[in-house]
Amino acid sequence: MAKKTPEINATSTADIAFLLLVFFLATTTMNVDSGLYRRLPPYQPENQKAPEVAKRNILQILVNQNDMVMINDSPADVSTIKERTIEFILNPGNRSDLPSKELKNIDMFGQVEVSKGLISLKSDRGTSYRVYVAVQDQLTAAFNEMRNMKANEKWGKNFNELTPEQQDAVKDVIPMLVSEAEPNVIGGKK
Amino acid sequence: MAKFKKEGKRETPAISTASLPDIVFMLLFFFMVSTTMREVSLMVNNGMPEATQTVKLEKKALVSNIYVGKPKDQFQGAYGTEPRIQLNDHFAGVEDLQAFVASERESRKEEDRNSITNNLKVDQDVTMGIVTDIKQELRKANSLKVNYGSRKKATR
Repeated sequence: MAKKTPEINATSTADIAFLLLVFFLATTTMNVDSGLYRRLPPYQPENQKAPEVAKRNILQILVNQNDMVMINDSPADVSTIKERTIEFILNPGNRSDLPSKELKNIDMFGQVEVSKGLISLKSDRGTSYRVYVAVQDQLTAAFNEMRNMKANEKWGKNFNELTPEQQDAVKDVIPMLVSEAEPNVIGGKK
Repeated sequence: MAKFKKEGKRETPAISTASLPDIVFMLLFFFMVSTTMREVSLMVNNGMPEATQTVKLEKKALVSNIYVGKPKDQFQGAYGTEPRIQLNDHFAGVEDLQAFVASERESRKEEDRNSITNNLKVDQDVTMGIVTDIKQELRKANSLKVNYGSRKKATR
């Protein structure tokens, strides 16, 4: 007759399984995607004319193939874009070479002055993506700051603490108008 | 007459823990299965640029990823060192994007088809030429929501 094998003690399997469970829970890092959100303009056939905009209403930012930045025809550093944009859009002194403003009726705000300013961003095919994102980042920072300012004026809260309706109202007061011109090949095809 | 047998000591029997491992294993398998790692294997270098104003992308199901970068070392023999686009698990050209957008739309529910965000995961050393081409194609395909993938830079 075969000898009866003694039963293996199974109490520790639970611990082993728990260990595995904790390991998997801890290691599955849900890497969240982050980035700068933009909405592209709808596609337009090539022969269509761009709408005319007064020169004072445009802040032109050019980035060339050597990653050099030019704001309104004078060389500038990437880090100055934020200040320039804020000054441009808000036009605190109502200067005649900065954008005009238009009275608009916006719910929750009533009659407010909305800047007609438009930022035109033009990059070359040879511009590096790093600099392009840095420029976009600066622009986003500028608009976020202005929206925060407006939100604080009105409700004493930061923009992202507002309700969606309030956020939409603030977005209407400070619209983010960034137009990206089709890039042309200046620095050769890359 | 019924017989009542009285034992000297009455001990509550120990609860059997033999099924505990099974329960825990069940939990384990649940977590292992439900954390769907639908992550494509990267065939291009993908060092994304840094930015301070990044926003988290919500609703992962509505995000379609477009990778751009130099092919990794093991693919450089076949595909060269010029930046390439990777869609799902293969290299693609700019001309494949419209079909890609269409198939991404097809795989979503009817009501979600217009809210797909294209997550451009572009290497920071790539030049804008290819990015612009992609953007043009996306505009043509009328898929206008774009996210410039970037890592969060620590602020000060």
